[in-house]
Amino acid sequence: MNKQDQDVLVVKNLKTHFFTEDKVTKAVDGVDFKVKRGETLGIVGESGCGKSMTSLSIMRLVPSPPGKIVDGEILFKGENLLDKSEEEMRKVRGNEISMIFQEPMTSLNPVYTVGEQIAEAIRIHQNAGKKEAWNKAVDMLKLVGMPSPEKRAKQEPHELSGGMRQRVMIAIALACNPELLIADEPTTALDVTIQAQILDLLKKLQNELGTAIVMITHDLGVVAETCDKVAVMYAGKVVEYTDVDSLFENPKHPYTEGLLNSIPKLDEDVEELQAIRGSVPSPSDLPKGCLFAPRCPYARELCHQSLPDLTEMDGEIKVRCWMHTEEWKREDTPITNDKDQTDSDKGVTLYAAGNS
Amino acid sequence: MSNQAVKMDNQPSLQAPKKIKPSHPKVERWKAFYKQLKKNKMAMAGGAIILFYLILAVAAPVIAPYDPLAIDLGNKLATPSWEHWMGTDDKGRDILSRILYGAQLSLGVGVVSVSIGAFFGIILGLFAGYYGKWIDTFISRFIDVLLAFPGILLALAIISALGPSMINVMIAVGIFSIPTFARIVRGSTLSVKKMEYVDAIRSLGANDFKIIFVHILPNILSPVIVQGTLRLATAILTAAGLSFLGMGAQPPTPEWGAMLSSGRNFLWQAPHLATFPGLAIATIVLGFNLFGDGLRDALDPRLKQ
Amino acid sequence: MFVFIARRIFQMIPVLLGVTLVVFLIMQMVPGDPAVLLAGESASDEQVQQIRSQLGLDEPVVTQYFTYVKNVAQGDLGTSIRTNRPVIDEILTRLPITIELAFWSILVTIVLGLLAGIISATKQYSFSDISLMVVALLGVSLPNFWLGLMLILYFSVKIQIFPVSGWGTFMHVILPALTLGTGGAAIVARMTRSSMLEVIRQDYIRTAKAKGVKERIIVYKHALKNALIPVITVVGLQFGALLGGTVLTETVFAINGIGRLIIDAIRMRDMPVVQGTILVVSIIFVLVNMIVDISYRFLNKRIDLN
Repeated sequence: MNKQDQDVLVVKNLKTHFFTEDKVTKAVDGVDFKVKRGETLGIVGESGCGKSMTSLSIMRLVPSPPGKIVDGEILFKGENLLDKSEEEMRKVRGNEISMIFQEPMTSLNPVYTVGEQIAEAIRIHQNAGKKEAWNKAVDMLKLVGMPSPEKRAKQEPHELSGGMRQRVMIAIALACNPELLIADEPTTALDVTIQAQILDLLKKLQNELGTAIVMITHDLGVVAETCDKVAVMYAGKVVEYTDVDSLFENPKHPYTEGLLNSIPKLDEDVEELQAIRGSVPSPSDLPKGCLFAPRCPYARELCHQSLPDLTEMDGEIKVRCWMHTEEWKREDTPITNDKDQTDSDKGVTLYAAGNS
Repeated sequence: MSNQAVKMDNQPSLQAPKKIKPSHPKVERWKAFYKQLKKNKMAMAGGAIILFYLILAVAAPVIAPYDPLAIDLGNKLATPSWEHWMGTDDKGRDILSRILYGAQLSLGVGVVSVSIGAFFGIILGLFAGYYGKWIDTFISRFIDVLLAFPGILLALAIISALGPSMINVMIAVGIFSIPTFARIVRGSTLSVKKMEYVDAIRSLGANDFKIIFVHILPNILSPVIVQGTLRLATAILTAAGLSFLGMGAQPPTPEWGAMLSSGRNFLWQAPHLATFPGLAIATIVLGFNLFGDGLRDALDPRLKQ
Repeated sequence: MFVFIARRIFQMIPVLLGVTLVVFLIMQMVPGDPAVLLAGESASDEQVQQIRSQLGLDEPVVTQYFTYVKNVAQGDLGTSIRTNRPVIDEILTRLPITIELAFWSILVTIVLGLLAGIISATKQYSFSDISLMVVALLGVSLPNFWLGLMLILYFSVKIQIFPVSGWGTFMHVILPALTLGTGGAAIVARMTRSSMLEVIRQDYIRTAKAKGVKERIIVYKHALKNALIPVITVVGLQFGALLGGTVLTETVFAINGIGRLIIDAIRMRDMPVVQGTILVVSIIFVLVNMIVDISYRFLNKRIDLN
């Protein structure tokens, strides 16, 4: 098997912009990553960093107008999804690439039974009859661990709890055995205990079915638990692309470092959490140099001047930061963001809940 | 873990943007409102239509080419011409002049009846919303009863008792408008009542009367204004309908509905008799509907799609 | 649900009583002595007195009201002054015609309204959307009696495909139903559009798209069923406007239904008929509204709980 075959999804230089009356919002601005067969890639970042738009771009479901994919390639099993017609795309959606969303409470149609909603996906993509699709739907409910699936299939969404509904969403997504599952904050809206159950279920099903997963999340706990590779996004760009162990042990980008410092750790007795000062720049009004420079504790003049590239370090780790370049060694301007300001913002937690 | 995450929107930004000192908040609000409204082309068109008819109504005695009641039997049922732009009716009266004077009547009836409806509706709604309990139950039931009469029937019932006349049409259409205002005011009062400032004012010793009319009423005026505008459209339409049925203005009054009614008998020989008054009603009602929709969008952006 | 239906029916009683009270009070406001009116100008004082006690007009007003409610409950709406027939009979002979007219009109309202609303919503800001919404706004603003006259002018007088007036064949129904249904259709269209646009933004529509459902099926299966729920209430309210509108439409097309009965009775000062007809039409409206309310509640329960 060559390298191409192993990569289910390759995203190259993806740019999704929003065009409104008087401005262009660069929600996704040059994103690259790969997902291997059966592997889980986490996309991490604060609200508004473009991670949800990245996932909708892969599905070609960016609300349009005002959104538009303006550049890049999305290679799914070697074929560029951006070249496909709407008709061809429909055959991919729900069949080869599926998606589950953050809000299980509102993501199911209130006027149809959950069985019908699962069966619909099967009927569309597998040419199955009504009866056959229904039976398969019940099987899927069983697979996602729904108790008494025959009975549940006949219920409408309002009769189910949030966790149950998310199981139904997973059943819909996996009904046609897709090669890639995009999970957009699948546990954010759920209770903590249910979150763990859903994540375990996803991992279990991934092992059984061999599905590759793109896990969109702001929660580094979810990343630690489920992901193999991680892409950290900031203001529409990938700033660090690494494997999960390196991410936690040896973060390369100051933003990643900041994210990690802002999580409370049970084994360390820290009085105050460290916050990343300031806030995410508006995608319609981005700084000139490195996008993180205004908030970066290490930023020097160079960082404010020009945007670093996503450069490969050792192995598959890539980082978009001047600190890891040759230029940095020659840079001798002072650190621009002084420490006092950083301290004054201490104690305010930083990364945000909610979707982007 | 995610529970520890806190929205960062509220974080103090690094440099506070320097703002020009705003004028009085009320002035600012009206400016913003006017800006919104100006953007809405449909609303501006509606406003223009209303203004147009207002001018016609006020200037009718000056600009009307003929006496609206002057009979000229030698020139009856004349088709539109240079002398009579809209032709003449079955008694030879100039239709354009009658339409111009009719604008006075239609606007007048609309404004008076909506004012009657708004006055009683606002009072009922304020009392129901502010006092709640049995007063609310009683008023709400009363409103339910008024709403149980479909459409124009309540107005018809009232007129059947009072007898047909323009004054009675205003009263009937006014009563017909009460429920709409009462419901909206009640709802808004309920939500304003819960706000903290009302408690604050009460703790300062203001009495109910002052709280209701000085502190609550001004805060619920926007939906009332929107409803009033839209209701003007309905009122004009209903009043014209009543006159058409012979329950309002009587011939030879130049009322548009009554003109339509008599023009109806000449649909074959002279269709313009029925055409122009109808167009007049339709355009003025359209004007109020357009303007009302626009006001709603500008005053309450939440309702805008 | 049963509790809700029972409560809703129970709530209807005070409203119906209120309606009878309002109708009763309005008739009390009629100037002149009903007994004199009934007996005729030439009747002697004794005759008038006799009629007065016969009708209980010499009783206190409160007693008169209770007698009235009791009679109404038994289906006795009094006697027509003009024809001397029981008012209920007058109404029952005319009611089928008005119901038929109302049926076709509400059909116009629903079909035209939904079609226009759906097309508008699915092609938001397109030429057809804008023109449909302009037409809808016109539809709301047109006086329906004038629309009726214009329809007669073009379709009956000029090109002569429909009869001018009267009742009996299907051809007779078309113009009146269009006249009466258009205003409602315009309102339903506007409501359907905004409701559809609201639904199309919902998360479950995105789910359907992510499943690979076709655009057309998303609109007609996933969105429409949800979008229709709030529209039902509007249709119910339009039914009321439509019942009131029969008065005008029946006058324009010379149809002998309930609406014209009211107008003729008012002109003839036949108060028992006015009273009875307005009461019956209002009761029909209250009943229809109750049914609409119950079905709305039934359809909406799953959404309420979200």
